[in-house]
Amino acid sequence: MSERPQPVIVGAGPAGIRAAEALVAAGLRPLVVDEAPSCGGQIYRQRLAPDERSTRDLYGSEAQKAEALHRDFAALDGKLDYWPQALLWNLRDGRADIMVAGTSRQVAYDGLLLATGATDRILPIPGWTLPGVFTLGGAQIALKSQGCAIGSRSVFLGSGPLLYLVAWQYMKAGAKVAAVLDTAPFAAKFNLLRGLPLFPGIVLRGMRMTAELKLAGVGLHYGVADPRIEGKNAVETIAWRQGGLEHRLACDGIGYGLALRSETQLADLAGCRFAFNQRDRAALPERDAAGRTSVPGVYLAGDGAGIAGADAAERAGERAALALLQDRSLSPDAARAAVLEAELARIGRFREVLEAAFPFPAHWAKDIADSTILCRCEEVTAGEVRAAIGQFGVHELNRLKAVSRIGMGRCQGRVCGSAAAELLAHETSRGIEAVGRLRSQAPIKPVPLTLALAAQQEAAE
Amino acid sequence: MSRRLTVDVAIIGGGLVGSSAALALRDMGFSVALLDKGFCGAQASGVNYGGVRRQGRPIEQLPLSQRAHAVWPRLKALIGIDGEFLRSGHLKLARNEADMASLEAYAEAVAEQGLDLELIGHNGLRERFGWIGDGVVGASFCAGDGHANPRLVSTGFAAAARRAGVDVMENTAVAGVTRDGDSFALEAAGNLTLRARFVINSAGAWAGPFAESFGEPVPLSRIYPSMVVTEPMEPVMTVNIGMEGGGIYARQVERGNVVVGGERALPLADPDFSRPRGDGAIAIMNNAAALFPGLRHAQAIRFWSGTEGAMPDRNPVIGPSGTTPGLIHAFGFTGAGFQIAPGVGEVLAELVRDGATETPIAAFSIGRFQANSARTDAGSGAGQNQEPQH
Amino acid sequence: MPLLHRITRADHPAISFTLDGVACEGRTGDTVLTAILTQAEHLRLSEFSASPRAGFCQMGACQDCWVVLESGERLRACSTALTAGMRILTRRARAA
Repeated sequence: MSERPQPVIVGAGPAGIRAAEALVAAGLRPLVVDEAPSCGGQIYRQRLAPDERSTRDLYGSEAQKAEALHRDFAALDGKLDYWPQALLWNLRDGRADIMVAGTSRQVAYDGLLLATGATDRILPIPGWTLPGVFTLGGAQIALKSQGCAIGSRSVFLGSGPLLYLVAWQYMKAGAKVAAVLDTAPFAAKFNLLRGLPLFPGIVLRGMRMTAELKLAGVGLHYGVADPRIEGKNAVETIAWRQGGLEHRLACDGIGYGLALRSETQLADLAGCRFAFNQRDRAALPERDAAGRTSVPGVYLAGDGAGIAGADAAERAGERAALALLQDRSLSPDAARAAVLEAELARIGRFREVLEAAFPFPAHWAKDIADSTILCRCEEVTAGEVRAAIGQFGVHELNRLKAVSRIGMGRCQGRVCGSAAAELLAHETSRGIEAVGRLRSQAPIKPVPLTLALAAQQEAAE
Repeated sequence: MSRRLTVDVAIIGGGLVGSSAALALRDMGFSVALLDKGFCGAQASGVNYGGVRRQGRPIEQLPLSQRAHAVWPRLKALIGIDGEFLRSGHLKLARNEADMASLEAYAEAVAEQGLDLELIGHNGLRERFGWIGDGVVGASFCAGDGHANPRLVSTGFAAAARRAGVDVMENTAVAGVTRDGDSFALEAAGNLTLRARFVINSAGAWAGPFAESFGEPVPLSRIYPSMVVTEPMEPVMTVNIGMEGGGIYARQVERGNVVVGGERALPLADPDFSRPRGDGAIAIMNNAAALFPGLRHAQAIRFWSGTEGAMPDRNPVIGPSGTTPGLIHAFGFTGAGFQIAPGVGEVLAELVRDGATETPIAAFSIGRFQANSARTDAGSGAGQNQEPQH
Repeated sequence: MPLLHRITRADHPAISFTLDGVACEGRTGDTVLTAILTQAEHLRLSEFSASPRAGFCQMGACQDCWVVLESGERLRACSTALTAGMRILTRRARAA
């Protein structure tokens, strides 16, 4: 064991892998902690068992990137410590509590690089807790990782690049796609033209997917408002309004999402300062262009620090690792760092384009019906939340949590947090930046009461 | 922009003590300002374990505790919500004969206080509380005690005070209080200047500097009780559980979640905030799974901790200042404030209105620290890892 | 009707398990979630309303897919690989 504790990287997606690679290249031996059984993150998630599909089938245009990441991480074997299926559930005093197979180990770290990724952002709609409704990310995982389609007539609803990508992947895989329901007006897509000079390949690929969906006879609907999912024990139909007209469609699987939201719990537990980010409409841990947070020795990379996508995550992971090396006086390649920062800036500009093309329907918050469940863990309805806001006179999100239970369930507000903030902002006539953010609490995900404590505090060997 | 305001009573600290006093004073017709440096009920009052119990308190607290006992079932009428108050009973377990002997001694000592304690032997426990695991020799049961939801009760009192006409000012830290003629001047955040005839210092763990500024230094320290809550479970526990001599304490709410406390958390870089250590939380979880076999498959979904003011003799400071007329202290509840707070609020209101109260509070005088003679013989209740007596 | 429909791995080796006491087969490479939802319409009942739930994010974030085994043990279905002999219950709302 070296004199100094290891750096710990949380997450083995594109950001975590590139970070690990850069640290290993500089002679360090990081510990990589990841919840999944194999590397890749959500975007480049691997199957539990091989099947008849090729990498190209799985990852489409991104197959080479996926293969490179999986291969490069495998090549680090022996030069780092890798704990898959491990949950880092608490942080304090420079130590991480990490659960592996029912036992918790306390690991001292010197340098913590958080590459925790993102999940789908949601606003509650009627029927969204019915069986058969999954997030867009969930629908994609079912297909990519499990080789299953959600439903036999699937509808994809929401906003964000993932909407068309998942629909297209389903179509390509031979699943029946009943419709794509885009909450943004068609005109919003013209914004993508502004992205052509930045990333022509991505824009053209998106256009091609849309065209192929159309050619395959998939109904593409824009400006979808007031979606309602109906069914007794599972999804049966989806209804919506569009241009003042009412529409209904039979379906038995729905993928739904309104772009992504960052997983920031560990940055919060690490003590990082947060600032409101207007583009993501969320409080995010502050970081500089290199990925340094307000806490010395804690770095951020990838979607967990603000949504920017997988290509940005690879670069941000490497850049943050270089920052860690620099802070250890290991003089990393400054020219490389500058290149990465320039590329990240370019992706950042493209991100603005995507946001304009796939806008978040924030105005839905005021229309969430009182009877609609807002917090699916605790089954708190929007009406109950509104009543609590009035009854207790609260105008801050953690106070709302205290009196309404939103964010108090198993998921700790991952699913309902954005919606609760939007609703509170609307009900109290404030900007969403003024309602605060849900404080994260350990354990960041459920842990068994019988969790064993490893006998000795140890760094990974 | 500066603001000036004149009220009869200014209350520093919007916890359960301050907000229940505010409500009681408003009902008496006083004009009241309730100031909190953050949000009302967001500190110890709102994040404690939620035990509503008299059993186990030092005997000198029992008259006050009994007074509060009468308030709890009236919450709905008083603040508009019942606060999930449940008169479940409180069962204090003994793990060995020595602990059982102290439970017996306590029951005898408080026999005249109306707690109606019932001592239960090993077989009785098996029969009536079969969901409790091995390693317990007996218990003392107080059927009238119970538990409630601190998040709702503490916030609910402040909200009710606001509705009753109390000027509730959150995010309004008080920078200083001075005696000025026959009233007080308070300088608060946001360029607020408040004049008040009376000041109540109910600032919890932050009350020390206010007392000290009036020449009454107190040995107030901080404790950080540590809690774990499980996912919703099938009904397992029928009563609020404590343990003689410390250890864990646990209750199951109607929705099914089980709240377990024990151990102590540690402050973070900002000492106003704390977080349980991983190993401490694991100890609580493991103990709960061992003591309650019905929880052995449960998942813990959240830990928390709060910042509570603690006195070396485990008794709070309640009563008029010894140096300054019009100043009244109520802090230092040492993890035992939740149950008695609504009674304390009434007592504080009487002290303002009448200058006296019929409820005996002499034992809680701030004067006990002035002669440098802090008591340490706290009787039943001493000990470092004691069940907080909220 | 099952919620999930297999596109691949139809001929992978079978893994036996029981669903509410009924013998079922999953496939090598299945998560518990996939194994259940390729044969059933839900994973569990809500603790509070007893309404059916079938998971949501499939990536271990939303915690909607905790299922209970006959032993009382709890599993997060989306992030647990199916193993032979699992005895899964989908009709019990709460852990006990």
